[in-house]
Amino acid sequence: MKKDPQPPQWATAFLKWYCRPRLLEDLEGDLYEYFIRNLRDKSLRHAQLIYLIDVIKFLRPYTIRKIEPLTFLTHFMMIGSYFKTSRRNLVRNKLFSFINIIGLAVSMSVGLLVIAIVNDLRSYDDFHEKKDRIYRVVTRHQDDGKPPMDLASTSVRTAQRLAGDVPGIENFTIMRNGFSGDAKVGQNTFPFEATWADQSFFKVFTFPLIAGDAATALKEPYSLVLTEKTALKLFGNTHVVGHTVRFDTLDYQVTGVARDVPHLSHIRFDALVSFATADATMGKKQDGFYNWDNVWSNYIYMTIPKKGGTAGIQRALDQIGTEENKVLVHKKVTLSLQPIKDIALGRKLSNNMGPRIEPVTVWILAGLAFVIILSACFNYTNLSVARSLRRSREVGVRKIIGAHRSHVLGQFIAESVMIAFLALLFSFGLYLFLRREFLSLDPHVSEIFTLGLSWRSILWFIALAAFTGLAAGFLPAVFFSKINALSVMKDASGLKIFRHLGLRRVLIVTQYVLSLIFIATTLVGYSQYKGFLNFDLGFNTENILNIKLRGAEAAALKKELAEIPEVKQVSQSSMITSVGSIYGFDVKYYPSGKATQPADSALVWVNTVDENYLPIHKHKLLAGNNFKLRPEKGNESELIVNQQVLKRFNIGDRDPHKALEHIIEVEGRKLTIVGVLKDFHYGTMENKIEPVMFRYSKSEPWGYLNLEIASTDLESTMAKVESAWKQFDKVHPLKANFYDQEIENAYSELSMMVKAIGFLAFLAICIASLGLFGMVVFTTETKLKEISIRKVLGASEPGLIYLLCRGFITLLGIAALIALPVTYLLFDKVLLTRFAYHQPIGLAELLGGALVVMLLALVMIGSQTARAARSNPAKVLKSE
Amino acid sequence: MKGTNLGEFEELVLLTIASLAAEAYSVAICDELERYTGRSVKLGVVHAVLNRLEEKGLAKSHLGDASATRGGKRKRFYEVTHAGKVALMRAKELREAIWRNIPGFNLEGSI
Repeated sequence: MKKDPQPPQWATAFLKWYCRPRLLEDLEGDLYEYFIRNLRDKSLRHAQLIYLIDVIKFLRPYTIRKIEPLTFLTHFMMIGSYFKTSRRNLVRNKLFSFINIIGLAVSMSVGLLVIAIVNDLRSYDDFHEKKDRIYRVVTRHQDDGKPPMDLASTSVRTAQRLAGDVPGIENFTIMRNGFSGDAKVGQNTFPFEATWADQSFFKVFTFPLIAGDAATALKEPYSLVLTEKTALKLFGNTHVVGHTVRFDTLDYQVTGVARDVPHLSHIRFDALVSFATADATMGKKQDGFYNWDNVWSNYIYMTIPKKGGTAGIQRALDQIGTEENKVLVHKKVTLSLQPIKDIALGRKLSNNMGPRIEPVTVWILAGLAFVIILSACFNYTNLSVARSLRRSREVGVRKIIGAHRSHVLGQFIAESVMIAFLALLFSFGLYLFLRREFLSLDPHVSEIFTLGLSWRSILWFIALAAFTGLAAGFLPAVFFSKINALSVMKDASGLKIFRHLGLRRVLIVTQYVLSLIFIATTLVGYSQYKGFLNFDLGFNTENILNIKLRGAEAAALKKELAEIPEVKQVSQSSMITSVGSIYGFDVKYYPSGKATQPADSALVWVNTVDENYLPIHKHKLLAGNNFKLRPEKGNESELIVNQQVLKRFNIGDRDPHKALEHIIEVEGRKLTIVGVLKDFHYGTMENKIEPVMFRYSKSEPWGYLNLEIASTDLESTMAKVESAWKQFDKVHPLKANFYDQEIENAYSELSMMVKAIGFLAFLAICIASLGLFGMVVFTTETKLKEISIRKVLGASEPGLIYLLCRGFITLLGIAALIALPVTYLLFDKVLLTRFAYHQPIGLAELLGGALVVMLLALVMIGSQTARAARSNPAKVLKSE
Repeated sequence: MKGTNLGEFEELVLLTIASLAAEAYSVAICDELERYTGRSVKLGVVHAVLNRLEEKGLAKSHLGDASATRGGKRKRFYEVTHAGKVALMRAKELREAIWRNIPGFNLEGSI
């Protein structure tokens, strides 16, 4: 029979689905008859196609099944009953209920966190009334022969052009970051940072003013709009319109007070200065302020009219670009528009303002949460199907009384959704805890996210619970609905519950593979992170306190600090190396000192230091000596380089001693090499060691003081340093960090990732363990009789334990065999390729985590099987 | 009034049911119609008409026995009800009455 050609099954299924039961049999028969007829003179394919078309053609009003309100009504009436049976089942199997609910709750809490994160990102800039009509002008800057650079910023020139001749724009505003100075109000001085913005700012954005006129507040030069917070800080109250604030020699007038900027805004400011001020101050002085290719510091936002499009504006921008680019040599600047809602959760742009998260990151987060939730769903599915023996009678009775398949399906789905909602309650509690931990993970995190509750997020939470319930309950529900009532009532053991054993094994292995990957990643990641912190950088970073200077000549402070007994030495530098900041010059090398033509030029990184810097940091001189002369600014003549510089220019055949006295030109000054340093790490571990030079400077007002501290009582030393600073600078608070702390900060992203993955590892292991535990309990329970009989026949306890464990241990072994190589490759081929220098991947870390997880699993399996093996066979066998 | 009106195709189908007697089921009706009219008759159309005739009470149906040619599915046999017979008779009489009123009708005149 089976060899006979058949019409496509799914077409028949479709027919069965839509057709009225009364007409169905006849129709199906007719179509089949025609199908057989067509087979005689047409190909199978053709006949099947005709069959399919006919099925679709029969889709007519008189054939379509009427919705049966009775089914729905039954569902509705039965909900009370479903609820009751579900509750009784939960209470009856406390262990399994616990495993299910806790597993789902734990995994859903991660889901809730991800929902809250995504919700926050999508809520960015929602408070602007015209949020759907605000666009930012973004810039693509391309030097010939180089990859283009995409910038969030643009030029002042763009604003000038937009003002002239672009139709389709309702309003536009230009702003510029980086106003900073010391604000003098009466006798007090405050450090002050602000953003320049022009008068249309309040037309484009919704930042309400509580005082002042929004239309004119930013019109005149030297006008100032403060936020409430800044006003309170400067004046102590917010009724300050008309007051003046003095910067250097200029008086600025407060023309408005704005409400504090909402947390979820990508534009953040403490105060606004009218853009006319920038025109008046920088526009006059600075060359190129209005240049077309000066695209680094200004931001332009525009609103378009309701029902307006951006196509016309884009054409105009292209036109402007073509016209202006004629002036440029060897480069090109093009403009385009970006909707404001795409900024916080959007593509990477240089000079971006405010927080931005790559969509990919969100997808990865969501993916991980999904995997964890799925893992918990596996448990539910696994345990429900495994335990189906106990509920099959209930289903049988229901079916005999008159339940349809759909009723049973509905019942079990309803049950799993109920359990998921119960789990949601627990997971919400967990989420509240998680949220606190997440926000305190890193100061940046709490800067970006609030993770507040909103109606939208709560709806999503509920949707997540419903989805989880459906996903977890679907397979068991289908399984139960297929049960044949008669056979189940006659002999329940005939049920083929072990038919899906293969699938269940795969699920357990998958769960353990994930858990092992997570835990191994955490441990390896952590050891790598520790490795970066303790890496021998080639110089000393211990007991060095770096104090950031704020533009003041620090000689007095240096003297003051040197008098503190715990401070051994003080040096100055323009920057701190090895923490990610870099600065460099194109330098030229003059061979052997007398040549007039440079031989070669290259980019060399630089740090500008005084004579104490090298000794404090214990840099190793291979040849020559430290700076000897103490020239004033602009008269320097000495230079200390590392070995890479010798290698790059091939100075003195790379022999440090021969390289002395050679000349290198930096910024037009010819400097003599007086010392050669052993190579050290100037960049982070991501960078290879490259040519680096040290220049001399007596004073670096914007740099750092480096203090070598020898103290047993850090607290009192810090207090002394702090009091010395307070005398020196009354405006700015002290900003001092130990070098080791700075390095730790440089790798904070890594530590955050390790923490996050570690947490996921913990969850994954919890869930996998719960699932395994449930399976072991169930298997041993169902095999209790078998064990007893074996025992009566003389099997030993260890033999029985081995018999019961064997299957599970094999599964764990397979999981480990998959997970460990995957983790190794993940690190070796993907994650660590970013770093030029790193520790070898430790076997101990790789295996350690796996061992702990295995041990945990073995204890669980062992305890359960041992209990079963030790049971008294007489008791078990008696109760038949 | 809708219940008693008989469309042209409906009349044909009803007549075919009557002529097929005990063998009147959808596919057979289709074939028979094709044989009489010489044009292809779609199963879907016949089905719809049968359904309508049944709704109007002009035909009634019952399920027959299962047969292997239809993949084990039973046929639905149709027969003309009393109302159906009345409707057919009335349609026939109507036509004949009109025919009788045409004087000297022959085909040759129209060529």
